[in-house]
Amino acid sequence: MAEITYREALNQALSEEISRDPNVVLMGEEVGQFKGSYKVSEGLLEKFGPEKIVDTPISEAAFSGLAVGAAMMGMRPVVEFMFWSFCYVAFDQIFNNAASVRFMSGGLIHVPIVFRGPANGGTNVGATHSHTPENFAANTPGLKVICPSTPADAKGMMKAAIRDNDPVCVMENTILYNLKGEVPDDDDFVIPLGKARLACEGSDLSIIAHGRSVQVALQVAETLHDKHNISVEVLDLRSIRPLDLEAILQTVRKTNRVLLVEENKPFCGVDAQIAYLIQEHAFDHLDAPVKRVSAIDVPQAYSKVLENFQIPNHDRVLAKAMELL
Amino acid sequence: MEGIYHDTDLEDSQVFEEKPVVRVDDIPSSKDFSSLPVNQALEAEEKIRLYSQMLRIRRFEERSLRAYQQGHIGGFLHLYIGQEAVAVGSVSVMSGDDHIITAYRDHGHAIAVGMDMDECMAELFGKRTGCSKGKGGSMHFFAPDKNFWGGHGIVAGQTPLGLGIAYALKHRKTKGACLCFMGDGATNQGAFYESLNLASLWKLPVIYIIENNGYSMGTAEARHSAGEPLARRGDAFDVNWSVHHGHDLYEVRAAIKDALDLARENSSPSVLEIVTYRYRGHSVADPDQTYRSKEEIEEYKKNKDPINLFRNKIVSEGVLTEETALQLDQSAKDEAEASAEFALASPFPEISELMDDVYWETDNPDESLSSGQMFFESSR
Repeated sequence: MAEITYREALNQALSEEISRDPNVVLMGEEVGQFKGSYKVSEGLLEKFGPEKIVDTPISEAAFSGLAVGAAMMGMRPVVEFMFWSFCYVAFDQIFNNAASVRFMSGGLIHVPIVFRGPANGGTNVGATHSHTPENFAANTPGLKVICPSTPADAKGMMKAAIRDNDPVCVMENTILYNLKGEVPDDDDFVIPLGKARLACEGSDLSIIAHGRSVQVALQVAETLHDKHNISVEVLDLRSIRPLDLEAILQTVRKTNRVLLVEENKPFCGVDAQIAYLIQEHAFDHLDAPVKRVSAIDVPQAYSKVLENFQIPNHDRVLAKAMELL
Repeated sequence: MEGIYHDTDLEDSQVFEEKPVVRVDDIPSSKDFSSLPVNQALEAEEKIRLYSQMLRIRRFEERSLRAYQQGHIGGFLHLYIGQEAVAVGSVSVMSGDDHIITAYRDHGHAIAVGMDMDECMAELFGKRTGCSKGKGGSMHFFAPDKNFWGGHGIVAGQTPLGLGIAYALKHRKTKGACLCFMGDGATNQGAFYESLNLASLWKLPVIYIIENNGYSMGTAEARHSAGEPLARRGDAFDVNWSVHHGHDLYEVRAAIKDALDLARENSSPSVLEIVTYRYRGHSVADPDQTYRSKEEIEEYKKNKDPINLFRNKIVSEGVLTEETALQLDQSAKDEAEASAEFALASPFPEISELMDDVYWETDNPDESLSSGQMFFESSR
């Protein structure tokens, strides 16, 4: 166990899996010589050479589709998007080709590929660079979607994603890249997809979140505990599809009050589905209607003041939590 | 062949008018392609097989059209009739390490690589015995065991996939290439240019074959593309390009063979434009009365039908007799008819099978690494 950053945890996962399986390559814009736009791939070019760490032009449709074609042939490409926002110019390759080829071929082909990169707001880069498409991806049968929120999860789940035989979309977060945490250095430290994590235990209210919203939820839990003596349970979904429905229902049955928090925009966001599942399977356990905090429903704002309010922040989450108590 | 129908005589005032395009197949081929080594090497038996392959594709599609009209086939049915020499000629020069991928007009390529009519017809009927178990349909045939990677519905969506197949071959140091077929309409999609750039930059063994049948759905080439010939667009990326007649099977073989050699030996990409023609509408739902004349279609059928031309050629070579030609035709018709009977008699997929073939993991639960719920509305 060592304390490392989320960024270093991803780097370890990539390095270990490239060493482990000759079919794994990392490709994307600036992943090699530049050492990664967010330095996630720092040192990998020196270690593995340009055949494994592949610098691409700014050409998402071509290199995403190229990676899908290579995966159909049995390679295991890891495609880095500098921002997940840029996947929109490669939409057809991910959402048609990677997602549907297995089904359309009646199971003759599978596509072991990872698409990864940051998908978050909060960095004042405006509407075009702040998308959180985990809901689009989860709405597409054939794709898997994960949103690790801690360094340990970043490593363990990235390794699971690379070993997975289906396309996995890994949504990271630029603000989490510097987050530190204990991470096992075991080469086979793999966290299975589809298992939620109880980030903290409590009895009065459940906050269910994914990605960086988990960190916000934990801060709110602390405030509620310290200032109001309220016990909050925080469930980190970790994986959106597959989804740990059992863990969701378990915390609902325990606290009977639920707040859902995500950076997604609200309409058809991930939490719309979670709220539906809770009312379907645990209606009788609810003492109050399910509440949500998501991003404010406009294109992402640039100005710090606006954007800090737009994404679910401590005060907005706290205020909504108080409505439930 | 380069620049063969480049037309530069337009007045400024004509810029917004429909400009004439002199198609390469209006200019007779000056070369005798039968004397090239690639065609000289063909045994009589192989020539008859190539002829028979083209016939089988045509009779299969004619039968599928009847089945469509009888209501057995739904959705789209994009027929390849008229273009048969392109797929058959191309596939005939592939080796075991070469791969092929195409767009949605894929029945010809499927039969050319050796998929059997039964699995193809059953797929069109939406039956469980279809090549994709009734989940893909006309546009999505696959046979990875025959190096055939589909069958793709989005125009030019397959062009980066073909690139990736070539990338995998090169990465594994396999001496093979990928033939990536596309239509003339696909040349105006961004994914194609992005792919050409990477193909050239990374020297990938991919051959883009533009099957130029003159129409992007109902839009004639003159109305959809600036700067003919289309293959010349490879120039901007330093990719070898050339234009060929698609009604001459020998010429197709020679062109593809040269490009394959370049790809296998130098890992060089190419763009080949093969000028051809489809007799039917874009799909069978296209009444085919708005954008071209009956005379144009009849003219092509009469003078440039690839199957007739090849039959005449090998009859004159003494390889084929009229009698054998008739027998082969009857046998292709019988095979197509039998495939329709097979498809009709086959069961539809069970509703519970809807959930199969989405994720490798849910299809292989014993080897599953994950847990959690994968489906949120299930037929089971």
